[in-house]
Amino acid sequence: MGSNDLQKQAPNIVVWVLLLALPLWLPYVGGYMELGSRVVVLALAAMALNFLLGYTGVLSFGHAAYFGLGAYGAGMTIRYLVPSTGVGLLVGTLVGAVAGAIIGPMIIRLRGVYFAMVTIAFAQVFYFIAFRWNSVTGGDDGLTGWTRLPIHLGFTTIDILHNPVAFYFLVLAVFAVAVGVMAWLLRSPFGRTLIAIRENERRARFLGIPVDQHIWISWTISCAVVSVAGALYALLNNFVDPRALYWTQSGDFVIMAVLGGMRSFWGPLIGAAIFVVLQDYLSSQTENWMSFVGLFFVLVVMFFPRGILGIIRRKVAS
Amino acid sequence: MTQVVLFNVFNGLIVGAFYALMALGLSLIMNLSGVINFAHGGFLAIGGYLAFTLMPYVGFWGGLVLAPILTAVLGLIVERVLVRRLYGRDPLYSLLLTFGLAFMFEDGTRFIWGAQSLPYQVPGWLLSPLSSDYFFLTGYRLFMVVIVALAVAGLFYILNRTRLGMRIRAGTLDLETVSVLGVNVRVLRNMNFGLGIYLAGLAGVLAVGQLGLQPTIGSSLIMPSFVAIIVGGLGSLPGTLLGGLLIGVASGVTTVFFPSATEAVMYVMMAAVLLVRPRGLLGEEGRF
Repeated sequence: MGSNDLQKQAPNIVVWVLLLALPLWLPYVGGYMELGSRVVVLALAAMALNFLLGYTGVLSFGHAAYFGLGAYGAGMTIRYLVPSTGVGLLVGTLVGAVAGAIIGPMIIRLRGVYFAMVTIAFAQVFYFIAFRWNSVTGGDDGLTGWTRLPIHLGFTTIDILHNPVAFYFLVLAVFAVAVGVMAWLLRSPFGRTLIAIRENERRARFLGIPVDQHIWISWTISCAVVSVAGALYALLNNFVDPRALYWTQSGDFVIMAVLGGMRSFWGPLIGAAIFVVLQDYLSSQTENWMSFVGLFFVLVVMFFPRGILGIIRRKVAS
Repeated sequence: MTQVVLFNVFNGLIVGAFYALMALGLSLIMNLSGVINFAHGGFLAIGGYLAFTLMPYVGFWGGLVLAPILTAVLGLIVERVLVRRLYGRDPLYSLLLTFGLAFMFEDGTRFIWGAQSLPYQVPGWLLSPLSSDYFFLTGYRLFMVVIVALAVAGLFYILNRTRLGMRIRAGTLDLETVSVLGVNVRVLRNMNFGLGIYLAGLAGVLAVGQLGLQPTIGSSLIMPSFVAIIVGGLGSLPGTLLGGLLIGVASGVTTVFFPSATEAVMYVMMAAVLLVRPRGLLGEEGRF
């Protein structure tokens, strides 16, 4: 490995060391394990969104729908069908991915603000279904009466229910797989094609690239990964409610991606960490935390449009 | 049965009129400046609350006139200070900005006026039913329809007959050329934003008389407005009007037969429109 390679790999190494060692250092900075899991879960959602937003150049403002579908998919599977954490995760992911794949063809021809608006509007359908279908989803009160379950591996049992550190590592393992797949895809010819579409769609089209088809695949992958995050989110809380599907949740994902830096792979992780910690702090300090979160949106847009990693990269370059 | 259906159709028409009024403002802003104004619902709520606060001093009629104007002034300021800086950038940023503003407005109204629903008195003579057979035809409801119709007529008059309106329409098609021809585009966009927010404020004053006054009124009305724009066709104001009324009536009728799908039906309509005619009912080919 040359020094150039090392330089390229440095951010990855730093991120993974910090994440793997999180249970060791988090208590010293005043955090608690659930908060760590929350950051990783929401970071996965924001990174999934960024696969579409930052690398394909398509603005989705409705990702909460697939996040919520993953959450309800996991929760309802465990509650009604199979009492197994693994099956719940799998079903949750499938539900979100399939919904994304079906809705995709209706929206992929749209661009820019129009795409954003249609994705927001579509997300509301699932919100109303979760909200209205009381008997199955628990309506406004949310889906209760279930918990995540210990994982039996045959030779040993991992008690992810009572041991928050064990659950954190489950989350991290799933995160690693999902993020690994996205990173691999982005490095493949397919991923390079997505970036080409982002940079100049018309040229990509003239080169004979089936642009709509690529956007559809990218959209579906993004939805699938965000529903993985949603399923993990349900397991984390042992609870799902319609707010996981509400349009404000979609906005949270977008601001995480923008705050961290849309043009960098790890940006949304940093954005998610800052956002989650800030929200956690604000909601414990003031009843009007919504105003502060709103103000935070405004400040980020006005002063940090490139995101934190974008700024750092600029500084390094100059 | 006929009565129940008629009642719900009429109800849907009124709700649809709110959607349309709000969606028209959203469309105006989006067409000229490419900004999806998420804070539109927040402006609507502020319009309603201002009318409530002003009522003891200026009465119902004074509030109806003043509150939308004050809301529009707030809109002019927001455009001048914040939104303007984001023109020409990725639409993502103005989306996020107005999204944050929507949070601030909703929480701000809750902070100032409280989370509880407030009573909003409309004049008594407007509330009495006009006909004993059609009990739902109260004066206030007819009054709302008339005001919305007047507002829409006024808007189309401005757009088609005044210099400002012509410039807005021209700017929607080609802002650069309009600028080169000597029109101050900054002022134009500012005025246009104010006009859109005025409609939101007006919808707010009318809506609180019908739906009650609570901080979440804005966020509950904004999504249907998006759907109205998509169904009607992006870029077409008559389409937006049609879309708003259509989804209002559709929800009203659905309430009769399948109440739990009241909200979902408009999204089904949207999906159908996107499948069959992606540009919307009256949208122009190839604009988006």
